[in-house]
Amino acid sequence: MSFLTRYRWWIVTAAFFVAFTLFTAEFQQAQTTAVLAATLRQSTPLVLGALCGIMCERSGVINIGIEGQMLMSAFAGFIVASSTGDLLYGVAAGIACGMIMGAFLAFLSVTLQGDQIIAGTVLNIAAIGLTSFFFQQGRSLPTGKTSVMRFGALSDLPIVGRVFFTNRPLTYLTLLLVPVIWYALFRTTWGLRTRAVGEHPSAAETVGVSVVRIRYLNLILGGGLAGLGGAYLSLEAVGSFERLMTNGKGFVALAVMIFGRWNPVGAWGAALLFGYANAVQTQFQFRGWLADDPQFIGMMPFIVTIVVVAGFVGRARPPAAIGQPYSRE
Amino acid sequence: MDDATPQTPALEAIGIGKRFDTVIANQDVNLRIEKGQIHALLGENGAGKSTLVNILFGLYRADEGEVRVNGEPVRMDSPHDAIEHRIGMVHQHFQLVPVLTVAENIVLGNEPTRGRGLLDLDRAADEVTELAERFSLAIDPGATVEDLPVGMQQRVEILRALYRKADILILDEPTAVLTPQETDHLLEVLRGLAAEGVAIVFITHKLREVLAVADQVTVMRGGRVVGTTTPAETDQAGLAEMMVGRSVVLRVAKTEARPGAGVLEIRDLHVRDDRDRPAVDGLSLEVRSGEIFGIAGVDGNGQRELVEAMTGLRTIDAGAVLLDDTDITGCTPREISELGVAHVPEDREKHGLIGPHSIADNLVLNRYFRPPYARRGLRQHAAINSDAERLVTDYDIRTESIGAPARSLSGGNKQKVITARELSHGARLLVASQPTRGIDVGSIEFVHQQIVGQRDNGVAVLLVSAELDEILSLSDRIGVIFKGRLVAIADAGDIDRATIGRLMTAGSDAA
Repeated sequence: MSFLTRYRWWIVTAAFFVAFTLFTAEFQQAQTTAVLAATLRQSTPLVLGALCGIMCERSGVINIGIEGQMLMSAFAGFIVASSTGDLLYGVAAGIACGMIMGAFLAFLSVTLQGDQIIAGTVLNIAAIGLTSFFFQQGRSLPTGKTSVMRFGALSDLPIVGRVFFTNRPLTYLTLLLVPVIWYALFRTTWGLRTRAVGEHPSAAETVGVSVVRIRYLNLILGGGLAGLGGAYLSLEAVGSFERLMTNGKGFVALAVMIFGRWNPVGAWGAALLFGYANAVQTQFQFRGWLADDPQFIGMMPFIVTIVVVAGFVGRARPPAAIGQPYSRE
Repeated sequence: MDDATPQTPALEAIGIGKRFDTVIANQDVNLRIEKGQIHALLGENGAGKSTLVNILFGLYRADEGEVRVNGEPVRMDSPHDAIEHRIGMVHQHFQLVPVLTVAENIVLGNEPTRGRGLLDLDRAADEVTELAERFSLAIDPGATVEDLPVGMQQRVEILRALYRKADILILDEPTAVLTPQETDHLLEVLRGLAAEGVAIVFITHKLREVLAVADQVTVMRGGRVVGTTTPAETDQAGLAEMMVGRSVVLRVAKTEARPGAGVLEIRDLHVRDDRDRPAVDGLSLEVRSGEIFGIAGVDGNGQRELVEAMTGLRTIDAGAVLLDDTDITGCTPREISELGVAHVPEDREKHGLIGPHSIADNLVLNRYFRPPYARRGLRQHAAINSDAERLVTDYDIRTESIGAPARSLSGGNKQKVITARELSHGARLLVASQPTRGIDVGSIEFVHQQIVGQRDNGVAVLLVSAELDEILSLSDRIGVIFKGRLVAIADAGDIDRATIGRLMTAGSDAA
């Protein structure tokens, strides 16, 4: 019973989408499948961005530079993949780029104890400037984008096969990362120390846990996740780099993280909601519905963000030490 | 530890020096802690006790001097080093993560695993239970720390040090937050630990506890060690003199109260706390002019909400507050202040002063808006400044300039600013909440004299304090608050310390 009251909003939301999907599937199976498949695809960068946010904020550092980390990594991944002709190098470059930016954020906010909002903004502005400056028209991936992985007969199932078993590798990897990071956060010593540092850094320090080391580690690892999200955009979703191609996803990822209450599984659910809103929007535009007002349709995911963050989140309690630089003396 | 002869002290500080910017916190401090002994470190706030133990625990780095554990010089760069040398610390402000469980807090940093960093929380809980049984410090390892009462949280801190096999235990003001019963229990636990060979450093400014439990006493003043003695060689007055550097009147000199007509009446008051739970739950009391009514109680039993409600800072659910038969329920803080209610708030940094503003501005915070301090919306600096100069002299506020920001003052001087402001405009009722919390003995003496002086001038005083000694020495009548109600009201002479202690913790006098 307490389970029901505690998760009532999740249950209501999930029930609504299941009902809506079943309703539409009744007469338009093709579109429903397309929307659901797109939901998973669209949610992937949001999940990765949100996982980055969770890693950082659980250790007490606000990272609003996820957008910049993703954009720069999308660019780095694309350049490396197009020059070497190997997508794997591209993905690795994207992750490495995110990690370097994470380390830079850690240097600004942990070592120099600067304002974390400003440090994150630095990343965003730097990413926009650098990627726009070095952007060249006409580059392409010699191999094309990552290819679809199929699972035999499973992939041929109606709806489910198309939605879950005909995706590309980074999408699967993301689905795997959600439970892995959840487990790490709540069942390992690293996770316990991370949560302690994010809630009460001086308490962690007095039992010999190094706040600085944990924060550096988490910001760098989290940066790798955001970098993977960037690589996903250029190498798996689109297959090339476009100016400002992250288009606010790094910020929506923060909303996803908050809506998911700093919990990887919650964030995944929240990302699906946003992915769904985005997929419906794409489907509307694709069909030419409300074609006179494309901006209005384009607003949908952002309206969902505002409504959800303002209305549903309510009593979410962020890590207590968030945003405060830590110093011993 | 074969070379550790009985003469080798467990912990030794030699010539420790530490300065923060221009302030000398420790200078040539020597301290010698023997195994199996309780060593009290006594001193006023700002005497350098906390700095010293933070150096011993690796939280601060000493500018000069040496720390030795079991006779060996050691480097203390971080708490990690201290823990390596089996030094444990119970902090004044508990260093526990509120949202984690007892077991998680205790094992944090030293977690039992199933290999490769996978937490073994079941084993953690078992180990905690076993440890708790061995030292008779029963606790539920699965409870979330923020749900535990303060005494229990302190127990978690002690267990955490023992879990790390500490044989040197440093306790920073451990009794400041405890009830008399909890304090007695803690002192018993400490004696038990000492009997097992643990060396204990016990920081306090409460003389009674020092005499009750310590084997040795070191007194600090102004960052230096004044001397080391034993309880057998001294008494409360002697220790107080060492602490302050002059003889101090411990007992407040006051004459018999001559109470007049009722000034404050509270009828069946109901108030909720920040989390919307009932905090004051049907409380009634009356305070007459010329008497001090003291409210004793463990922190968190509705004292804060009571004071905030009657000064207009918190919404009243039901009941009435009457000042000289005028109903002030639901009035704004300014209306209440204008009716002659002086308020010395519990948290002076947050509710008593505007830190960045000047001392002069803070001295007129309750009347800056009216003549002569403001005319037609323009502030009159001449009037504000001449008032400030006068109050700084009258109340002995130690500052270089009335233009200095209030936050630059010491705790005691901040309290003097608040007291000066609240008492210098003819109050009829004084509400003083924890008026001497965290201030030095000299300032305590001054604040107490002020409170008694107000009483003698016919002001009604409502005194709320978690320091039972303060309640006992100042009050004419005492009410004991428990879970938002007054469970007893008695004349000060008719109720003793032990009875109040029992009422504070249990709500009834059943021993």
